[in-house]
Amino acid sequence: MHEMSLCEGILQIVEEAARREGFSRVKRIRLEVGRLAGVEIGALEFAFDVVMRGSVADGATLEIIELPGRALCFSCGETVEVADRLDPCPACGGARLAPSGGDEMRIRDLEVI
Amino acid sequence: MCTTCGCGAGEVRIEGHAPAEAAVPAPEDGAHGVDGRTSDAREAAPRHHAPPSRRHDTARHDHGVGDPHEGAEPVRSHAHGLSRSRMVEIETAILAKNDRYAAANRQRFAERGILALNLVSSPGSGKTTLLVRTIERLADRRPPVPLGVIEGDQETARDADRIRATGVPALQVNTGKGCHLDAHMIGHALDHLQPADHGILFIENVGNLVCPAAFDLGEAAKVAILSVTEGEDKPLKYPDMFAAAEIVLLNKIDLAPHCDVDLALFEENVGRINPAARVMMLSARTGEGMDGWIDWLMTRRDELLRERLARLDAERAKILAALGEG
Repeated sequence: MHEMSLCEGILQIVEEAARREGFSRVKRIRLEVGRLAGVEIGALEFAFDVVMRGSVADGATLEIIELPGRALCFSCGETVEVADRLDPCPACGGARLAPSGGDEMRIRDLEVI
Repeated sequence: MCTTCGCGAGEVRIEGHAPAEAAVPAPEDGAHGVDGRTSDAREAAPRHHAPPSRRHDTARHDHGVGDPHEGAEPVRSHAHGLSRSRMVEIETAILAKNDRYAAANRQRFAERGILALNLVSSPGSGKTTLLVRTIERLADRRPPVPLGVIEGDQETARDADRIRATGVPALQVNTGKGCHLDAHMIGHALDHLQPADHGILFIENVGNLVCPAAFDLGEAAKVAILSVTEGEDKPLKYPDMFAAAEIVLLNKIDLAPHCDVDLALFEENVGRINPAARVMMLSARTGEGMDGWIDWLMTRRDELLRERLARLDAERAKILAALGEG
């Protein structure tokens, strides 16, 4: 997906926090990204370095905490953990699953100086 | 580019103009002021689209919504041993800002009884033709259904021109380098278009099955349009979009006999991604299946108006009670 513009969004939030909290440098940014959020981690990491250049987060480490995907199975009614939207239900093998979690894209915290 | 307004690149254009040239919204609109701070919104507007600096200066970049984290948990800090570094808790969704604009749009639609639909598809699935045919069918209804269209495309005003040829007000948003519409662009577009109350607003998103899935515009529902020539496995290849859609229209079914497609497999694949989605097969060109789509639209619009009426009745009863006239 638009990983570059997600990074612009991250930078905006970080710069707002920098003004509010009065820090001048970010050492580490921790993100929580759901497995079903549609975010390509590799592309995000690449875009991150480029977008953060020249900002308070120049050179910051990006740490990504992956959150599991969850889905409701229409066959057995269970809420199950899935890694991919196309995975069958691990409980009953059913193919009709409605995602019910795992689409998060959130900044958890920053390590700052 | 700014995630939520695309204005960092200065390339978003509404009807060929940069949004800076937007008319000052009427105060009663609430403009983009989510919290009713309309005057702030108006003051902020000219600065907002000032020529971008290399870095996004968010201090100048006030969209009038106030701080997107306003009311959020204040940050907690704690020392980390002898190092000078500390932790700052953020807990903010990356697209939080877009979501706030979307909420403002949604409230605006609710207050005006407008059914807003976000039409998403690949380029070339026949969205604009479908829209033109839909408009033609709705035009004969009595009482009339007020319609409006916001067209999103990377470049040109061709689609808006096609819609305007039907007599329905349309506004073109060009996203420049952007790959999707976002809620902030829609807010601006609403200021310009001023869609009529109690009608249907179609928002034709940029032809792209990836990015628009993540950007809530404040719509009542996403309508995904797919044409039979795109292959039965398209829902599996672009699952995020089909998971987000409430209804999937399979268009160009008049071509089905010519391209060896399995219509049932289309439906099955949509069901694998989104078991709750409604699938409708139609041909905008021949008109086959269009009745079902028009019925769905009118049912949704009427439901929305009835809900609005129920809320107004409840409020009226409360006011009468407060006056001692209940």
